[in-house]
Amino acid sequence: MIKGLILGILGTAAIAFFLVGSGYLDKKEVPQSKSVKIETGTPNTLQAVKKRGVLQCGINTGLAGFAYTNDKGNWAGFDVAYCRALAAAVLGDPNKVKYVNLTGKNRFPALASGEIDILSRNTTWTFSRDVKLGFTFIGVSYYDGQGFIGRKKLGVKSAKQLDGASVCIQTGTTTELNLADFFRVNKIKYEPVPIETNEEARKAYLSERCDVYTTDASGLAATKSTFSDAENHMVFPEIISKEPLGPLVRQGDDAWADIARWTLNTLINAEEYGVTQANVESLSQGTKNPEINRMLGSEGTLGQMLGLEKNWAVNAIKAEGNYAEIFEKYLGQKTPLGLSRGLNALWKDGGVLYAPPMR
Amino acid sequence: MIIPGKEEKNSIFALRYFWFERRGRGLLFQLLVLFGVASFFGFVTANTIANLEKAGLTAGFSFLNNQAFFDINQRLISFSSQSSFGRALVVGLLNTLLVSSLGIATATLLGFLAGICRLSHNWLLSRAIGVYVEVTRNVPLLLQIIFWWATLTALPRFKDSITFFEVFHLNNRGLRCPAPIFESSFLWICLLIISGILLTILLKNWQRRLKARSGRSFPVSLTGFLFIIILPTLLFFALDRPISWELPQVTRFNFQGGFNISPELLALWIALSTYTGAFISEIVRSGILSVSPGQVEAARSLGLSRNQTMRLIIMPQAFRVIIPPLTSQYLNLTKNSSLAIAIGYQDLVSIGGTILNQSGHALEIVAIWMVVYLSISIGTSLFMNWYNKKISLVER
Repeated sequence: MIKGLILGILGTAAIAFFLVGSGYLDKKEVPQSKSVKIETGTPNTLQAVKKRGVLQCGINTGLAGFAYTNDKGNWAGFDVAYCRALAAAVLGDPNKVKYVNLTGKNRFPALASGEIDILSRNTTWTFSRDVKLGFTFIGVSYYDGQGFIGRKKLGVKSAKQLDGASVCIQTGTTTELNLADFFRVNKIKYEPVPIETNEEARKAYLSERCDVYTTDASGLAATKSTFSDAENHMVFPEIISKEPLGPLVRQGDDAWADIARWTLNTLINAEEYGVTQANVESLSQGTKNPEINRMLGSEGTLGQMLGLEKNWAVNAIKAEGNYAEIFEKYLGQKTPLGLSRGLNALWKDGGVLYAPPMR
Repeated sequence: MIIPGKEEKNSIFALRYFWFERRGRGLLFQLLVLFGVASFFGFVTANTIANLEKAGLTAGFSFLNNQAFFDINQRLISFSSQSSFGRALVVGLLNTLLVSSLGIATATLLGFLAGICRLSHNWLLSRAIGVYVEVTRNVPLLLQIIFWWATLTALPRFKDSITFFEVFHLNNRGLRCPAPIFESSFLWICLLIISGILLTILLKNWQRRLKARSGRSFPVSLTGFLFIIILPTLLFFALDRPISWELPQVTRFNFQGGFNISPELLALWIALSTYTGAFISEIVRSGILSVSPGQVEAARSLGLSRNQTMRLIIMPQAFRVIIPPLTSQYLNLTKNSSLAIAIGYQDLVSIGGTILNQSGHALEIVAIWMVVYLSISIGTSLFMNWYNKKISLVER
């Protein structure tokens, strides 16, 4: 009897203690001293990467042109090339990358938890991802927009005629949200069929589970390039959204974000200055153009400012070439995707690619 | 002075009690463990919150009121992209409950049939069931779900649908059925059926007492049939058939009208039922075999027919063995339904994952998943335990 009473009182006390612990839920300010720094929250990503000797880069589970395994069994593609350039800039070797394949759904938890150092997986830069999810987008590597692909025999000329159609989408993407907006604004009904990866969506579309498949236009071109009967399919003219795709890092480590941002800018500036994979080594000995000299390290201390080697940019460009070389190699007219530069041409060529000066 | 025959006891209020008394020591260690566990959870919670704050993320469930902005195809209640995250979770929960209850019903039916048939003296029948049980039990459920989904999506396109009775259409978009439209007078028929059921239950109780008192019996089943089936049917025609059917119509992309059972739901339902059904059939077989042959012989010598022996002698005893493992199978089936994510059936896990991705509130969503599955499981367990108690042998 007494024992039960005492147990009860102490049990209540223990539960109360637990509740006090969880009471932090309501508190706005938490004393910093109470928190224990977990490895995942490491503020100095650069140091962590150097110490590890390998860059952990999050990429797609498989999307032709952007992230795929080549005939040697290695990962390659537009998004992968950026990982390699960054690894070369930071560690001096483009092969020191550990690729982590992520779906649209698990990419953000992977970045937030510190499983990867950078996410380079055709991810759209949006307000809420930048502000609310606690990430920093370091730039735009590909200006894209959402489109639809369907069979020619449907006889549909425009996405607005899709009333009642089944639409395959990848879950956890901005396309899922754009799609809902598009059909709501145009007051037409549809059946969304949510799918986890691009590969599964491709299968579902080919088995005619869906009438149309929607994703970024570049992704549609990539997916279409893998169809055996590509001529029976068409991409509809509508582009229903802006999809600026780019790499992103965790918020709170500005030094690391700077390194990632200026590696991308270097690739774009290299195209502008005519620095290529072939000539970067000789140009790094010094040229008449001070912009090139600063970028490649024969003048000034840009590398030092980032906490990197003097020849960081040389390494980054040597990895896969400048932006134009990477684009043409994986996405351009000579590839199965056959994408034209369009918006992704340099500003002086009529596109919107414009990297700030290296100064 | 020590009184003989009475040991000196340390008072519970003395500190010595917690060390020198056996019970006291036990109590002390239990409290220490309890304290340790509680402070561990307290620490984990506080630390998580603190680290979230540092990363600029906030914890809490207020985000559930935010607008979802995505659409859900499979839904039992109305939902649009302007509804809230919270409502989306409810849609997911209902989808989980839908496929679980459908699965439990068919798995039980299938399991009992298969379990009984496996014991049949018909060589072909028992071996066929044996093959079914071994194949479905030994192939991973995920593969079976994907197999059924691939099969169903490989069906003809909607224009070449396989049509049953001219109103059901099976195609690679699912099974399209006519939807009933109830007129308001249908309510009277419902009321009549419900009162018929209540009346039958009362009659049954009365009949039991009558039989105990005088040995006379009363045809309860017949009167029940009259009240529950015949009278409502008569009223149905008297009210000029207050149900009409909305038939599916072919449009450009798909059927419109009626309601559609998606291939995702069908695949999941079939896979869960056949998989769990195989396990249940083995449980049923073990239950039946646990009844000693002497019972059957006794029943036969009393003149009970084969059917009566099964119904009155074997099954009631077998149930005592069957129910507890059956409960585990029901719980498994409910939890296995979360494999829905592989084929895009929008259950609680699938929709929760989407919300997690769009809102970034991972911890809260995972907490909701855990609480919901725990509640469903505990609810099922409580019900099955109650049922188990009800049918267990009354020992005298």
